[in-house]
Amino acid sequence: MSETTIPGPATRGGRASAALWLGAALTGLFVAAVLLSLVWTPYPVADLDMAGRLRAPSAAHWFGTDHFGRDVLSMILVGARNSLAVAVVAAGVGLLVGVPLGLLAAAKGGLTDELVMRSNDLIFAFPSLLLAIMITAVAGPGAINAVIAIGVFNIPVFARVARGAALSLWTRDYVLAARVAGKGKGLISLQHILPNIANLLIVQGAIQFSMGVLAEAALSYVGLGAQPPTPSWGRMLNEAQTLIGFAPWLAIFPGVAIVLSVLGLNLLGDGLRDLFDPKLDRSR
Amino acid sequence: MALLRIEDLRLRIGEAELLKGVSLEVEPGETLGLVGESGSGKSITALSILRLSPPGATMSGRILLGDQDLTAAGEAEMRAVRGGQVGVVFQEPMTALNPLMRIGDQVAESIALHRRVGRAEATAQAARALERVGLPASRFPLDRYPHELSGGQRQRVAIAMAMAVKPRLLIADEPTTALDVTTQAQILDLLRDLVREDGAGLILITHDLAVVAEMADRVAIMRQGEIVEQGPTGVLLRGLTHPYARKLAEDAVLASAAPPARVSDDAPVMEARGVVRAYPGRRTSPWRRAQPFRAVDGVSLTVRVGETVGLVGESGSGKSTLLRAVLGLEALQGGEVRLDGASFPPASPAEARRLRRKIQAVFQDPFGSFDPRWRVEDLVAEPFHLLERPPMGAARRAAVQAMLERVGLPPDASDRYPHQFSGGQRQRIAIARALITEPRLVVLDEAVSALDVTVRAQVLELLARLSQELGVSYLFVTHDLGVVRAICHRVAVMQGGRIVEEGTTDDVFLRPRHAYTQSLLSATPNLERALAARGA
Repeated sequence: MSETTIPGPATRGGRASAALWLGAALTGLFVAAVLLSLVWTPYPVADLDMAGRLRAPSAAHWFGTDHFGRDVLSMILVGARNSLAVAVVAAGVGLLVGVPLGLLAAAKGGLTDELVMRSNDLIFAFPSLLLAIMITAVAGPGAINAVIAIGVFNIPVFARVARGAALSLWTRDYVLAARVAGKGKGLISLQHILPNIANLLIVQGAIQFSMGVLAEAALSYVGLGAQPPTPSWGRMLNEAQTLIGFAPWLAIFPGVAIVLSVLGLNLLGDGLRDLFDPKLDRSR
Repeated sequence: MALLRIEDLRLRIGEAELLKGVSLEVEPGETLGLVGESGSGKSITALSILRLSPPGATMSGRILLGDQDLTAAGEAEMRAVRGGQVGVVFQEPMTALNPLMRIGDQVAESIALHRRVGRAEATAQAARALERVGLPASRFPLDRYPHELSGGQRQRVAIAMAMAVKPRLLIADEPTTALDVTTQAQILDLLRDLVREDGAGLILITHDLAVVAEMADRVAIMRQGEIVEQGPTGVLLRGLTHPYARKLAEDAVLASAAPPARVSDDAPVMEARGVVRAYPGRRTSPWRRAQPFRAVDGVSLTVRVGETVGLVGESGSGKSTLLRAVLGLEALQGGEVRLDGASFPPASPAEARRLRRKIQAVFQDPFGSFDPRWRVEDLVAEPFHLLERPPMGAARRAAVQAMLERVGLPPDASDRYPHQFSGGQRQRIAIARALITEPRLVVLDEAVSALDVTVRAQVLELLARLSQELGVSYLFVTHDLGVVRAICHRVAVMQGGRIVEEGTTDDVFLRPRHAYTQSLLSATPNLERALAARGA
């Protein structure tokens, strides 16, 4: 008698939770940096020290100093604040405007659906960064305008996710049962549809959050994000550009900060998706 | 030598022992019926033959296909076995085919996987395989997509894929459960003919003893991972010894004789008069106006107080649309529905709520009809939304628990979530939800079709008892004639959006007048008839 273990696909549980934990840890680091910067930084970021400029990383300045002698570590900590704020608010704008629009389109169908989704297509049709540049160019650069520019592009993303998921739920028998119980479309959307698509929205939220961090960095890089003297990761990269030959740390540390925070948020989003939906087995 | 021989097959996943020493044999050319309720291990047994059991499963025992030991075979060997030596047909013809592939290509692909043939030759063989299953290329070109075919035709394509390379063994897992009775009869005939011509063995997995009685040479009855009884079909089904097997057979026949035909002059609870539900049609030419498709075409139907009326018909006959119209969920293009003498749904929202509490519904899918995030108490109490002063807090809880007890569930069920209940228990919860507002009429849409026979019998009993206790009427939509026979006073038969025959249950079953009713009745698998035909 032989004992056979069926060669199935490797159990995915361990791998998924590893991604989730790594993502959560990196995101936690990001948030911790923001919180820390509110109460303490190694040096005040406004302090210029022309004598100590362009110092390589050392015990006194872990990440070195820039061409004005400012402490790079302190600037990264404070810059995280800006990235986080812009990304959170932008994702929030998308969530708060996009999800109700998507639910409305799914519940009403017909002309309402067409109107909502075609205007979404219109926004999607523009290259997002280009339009963000246009918005900030017209309205003037600054963190607030960056938030608006990035947030507008999050609206159709959330609207589509919400509508697609809601449409599949509208065919369920429990929605029919709610209609037989005399509930209207608004109440059903609120009580039955929204809670059942919440996990999808959380996952999408994490992903849009990471894209917000990236977009904010891109806008700051071209000078349309937060304005000096507020430190920002994108502008630190821009300023490091000409000095990269002899002060590479100026580019490396903000670059690494962007990569790690975006990576962390993406891993967190993926991990959450696997956690919420164990049936979604992508290893098969 | 036996074609397939399974010796003491055991399978466990973690702590759960799914198969507890299953031994089976199939001879070449023989049909083995594998019967049991959901969770009895019949599908897992079939998947184990192909070594496709779920990940993390540990298997022991021996599976011999001819003289090849499948438990010792490597993955490459198994790939040759799967679809090559052993063909499989699954239950759901909707999902078994790739929706983006033409049917000819799908069949040709399964041929090319197991035979060294060129593209042209594979296509030619695919055409022959499709012709063999009754889809000749002249009427069903190879470039059709699955969505252009009916459920029965799709199942034929799936059978063509399985049989194209002439496997020695065919496993058919509930191949007709998703199909209408007349289509089921055709597909079963086809399967029987094909395996007979090829001299292949057939393992027919089903929960329907009547199907087995018509098809199988031998039967094995499974329960909780064990085979409780097996033997030649006629002998076995006539002389079942195991108590479980006897119960299964009794429940399958729904022996609880038809309810007394009641000729009632009571006031109608629900009256549908000339109901028309039409959908906008597709234009066939730019010059012609689109012809609307009439899913329900002038149907009149009455349900009286305390009466159970069956509505029978195949999928697409319009019975579900009629039911939604009766529930006031569809806008009508003609006719009207009257509920307790008042037009339904009425124009004013307040009146609509007042009337709506008189009609509630139980749906087919015991898994899909509850919001998975709601507790049972909230689910059952949902129709309270229709009351002007719904009970709150402790009163609401007491009302829900009383209703749960009434349908045979413990009161503490109210704190749990639907996924913690079995299919039959969930249908009881659905019935509790339907009855909580004390409606006059409950509409049941295939409400017992997804249940195992034993559970089905229990739920039908419950419905009959509740009807007597509460004086509630039922409109029972189903394709299962056995269910109608067991609980309905009157039957209406629907075809193509119209009611073609209507009468008392006995009249319709014993003296069917319409040709369609007659074909429905003769296509329905019947245990007694099948056994009589065997001379058993």
